[in-house]
Amino acid sequence: MSVLDWFSKQKESNAGRRAGRLDIPGDLWVKCPSCAAVLYKKDLEENHKVCQNCGHHFRLTFEERLSLTADAGSFREFAAELSAVDFLDFEDTKTYKKRLEENQRKTGRRDAFVCGEAAIHGYPAVLGIMDFSFLGGSMGSVLGEKFVRAAERALEKKLPLVVFTASGGARMQEGLASLMQMAKTAAAVARLQDSALPYIVALTDPTTGGTTASFAMLGDIHLAEKGALIAFAGPRVIEQTIRQKLPKGFQSAEFLEEHGFVDAVLDRQEIKNHLAKILKHFVQPAEQR
Amino acid sequence: MAEKKKIPLEFEKPITELYDKIAELETLSREQNIDMTSEINAMKNRALELETKIFQNLLPMQIVQISRHQLRPGTLDYIQLLFTDFVELKGDRVFADDPAIIGGFAFYQGQNVAVIGHQKGHDTKENIRRNFGMPNPEGYRKALRIMRLAAKFGFPVITLVDTPGAYPGLGAEERGQAEAIARNLQEMSRLPVPALSIVTGEGGSGGALGIAVADKVLMLEYAVYSVISPEACGSILWRDAAQSEAAAQALKLTAPDLLKLKLIDGIIPEPRGGAHNNHETAAQNIGQAIDVFLREYSRQNTDEILAKRYNKFRNMGFFK
Ligand SMILES: [Zn+2]
Repeated sequence: MSVLDWFSKQKESNAGRRAGRLDIPGDLWVKCPSCAAVLYKKDLEENHKVCQNCGHHFRLTFEERLSLTADAGSFREFAAELSAVDFLDFEDTKTYKKRLEENQRKTGRRDAFVCGEAAIHGYPAVLGIMDFSFLGGSMGSVLGEKFVRAAERALEKKLPLVVFTASGGARMQEGLASLMQMAKTAAAVARLQDSALPYIVALTDPTTGGTTASFAMLGDIHLAEKGALIAFAGPRVIEQTIRQKLPKGFQSAEFLEEHGFVDAVLDRQEIKNHLAKILKHFVQPAEQR
Repeated sequence: MAEKKKIPLEFEKPITELYDKIAELETLSREQNIDMTSEINAMKNRALELETKIFQNLLPMQIVQISRHQLRPGTLDYIQLLFTDFVELKGDRVFADDPAIIGGFAFYQGQNVAVIGHQKGHDTKENIRRNFGMPNPEGYRKALRIMRLAAKFGFPVITLVDTPGAYPGLGAEERGQAEAIARNLQEMSRLPVPALSIVTGEGGSGGALGIAVADKVLMLEYAVYSVISPEACGSILWRDAAQSEAAAQALKLTAPDLLKLKLIDGIIPEPRGGAHNNHETAAQNIGQAIDVFLREYSRQNTDEILAKRYNKFRNMGFFK
């Protein structure tokens, strides 16, 4: 599966060559993986991690995405207490327990998905954000449970559900239980579909594997961030299967739009406005409620 | 069942060797007219003991090998052995027919059902035609089309799962493999007829789950069901595909392990030596499970079934 891509990228990052991360070539300067321009890190961050030269979108952490999406101070997180357990005593080159601890320390969060109620230009919504920097945004039991609680919260409060995806796929260290999160989240979306509440997915780089093949592809409306990789099978897996190089732009946000799976491909800075424009059709802004 | 020349799996070799010797002795005794009944019976007992012992102590990776056995019965074999008047339905009405998934209407002991399953081949030619049981999006869309028809007519749905996974190809991605699987998960979770899924061979990740969101999910004794193949898991997490044995152990992909984790609802026993050694008995055992399911679910109303199905998947997962 496409987690493969993530793990091999982790390897590269250890060698200090990973694209999409800011902390590699020195503290002050970053090389854009797309156009090779050397960017001043502070400028890049001020530009929401979009390359000023070519428009390449670097990956965001949960905090960065939240601050770009929710109105300042509006986010009320729920289900924050949930964390994963190593119920299989899974050990590869490391124990799952160790991996969890490391990622929790690195990100300061318990797992790869954060959800809460928020306002987007005043429009209330339940907002869920996946964080690729936590174990490759892999979907385990915590993610599945929190997604379902977010959907249930939307139903209970009669709010739209907005989810930002970023995931390498299923969390192998939870075995078949991780696969079942696909069924669990898809079933929760079905309940939303039976209501009149909108479910909006914003696909960001990368969204692959079991995440794509479940709640990420079931939105009423699909937005995608420019240049994002959106796939079922990761590029490496496909190349190994068909034994040829993939065409440029294959499985990009633009490619998915062209093939009918995405409603709009947007610049990072446009997403919030676009979300508000959509939400306007369904809910009143907070001050008018 | 097809009496093709069986190439024994490595761990089956001592058993096959013993049975070959028994056959030799029987021939000898017949040709030379010597009574060797007691020797032969003793050897038969030994073979039986050995087979039982070996099959009770299989390693997870050996079970994976059984689940992938080329002569293991597949959906078409079970349809032929268990159902009557099978009417195959082809095509997703959008793009193509996918021979890696077959399905249609049939009778099970006189009762209307829809049967859908992955289909591999028993030889290379058939395997190529069926893409080794790896569906493209149109396979999942055909399956959904059949399920919706089943719902329309009130037929229970029975799915038979046996795939290495959904096909990771160019066309599959272009036509929305992820969307097709996701759609099936969503629609199966609220399909208003009873649904039974049986993992008969390889339950390969999302490609398996795409037809396996059901009221009861059962596994044949030597079937496997996993989020990722042990080989791929080994190469990603251990960075060594040869670590598939360790990965198979760690993933807990066998039927008894998954039943303990309450991720499946039951195990269907296989004939001695595995389903590939006796298609008829394997089919009979599956038939019994279908029987129990249809009797249990024909009495329940749809709302009750749907609520239970939702809660079953809703409650899957381990966290604190
Ligand atoms: Zn650039």
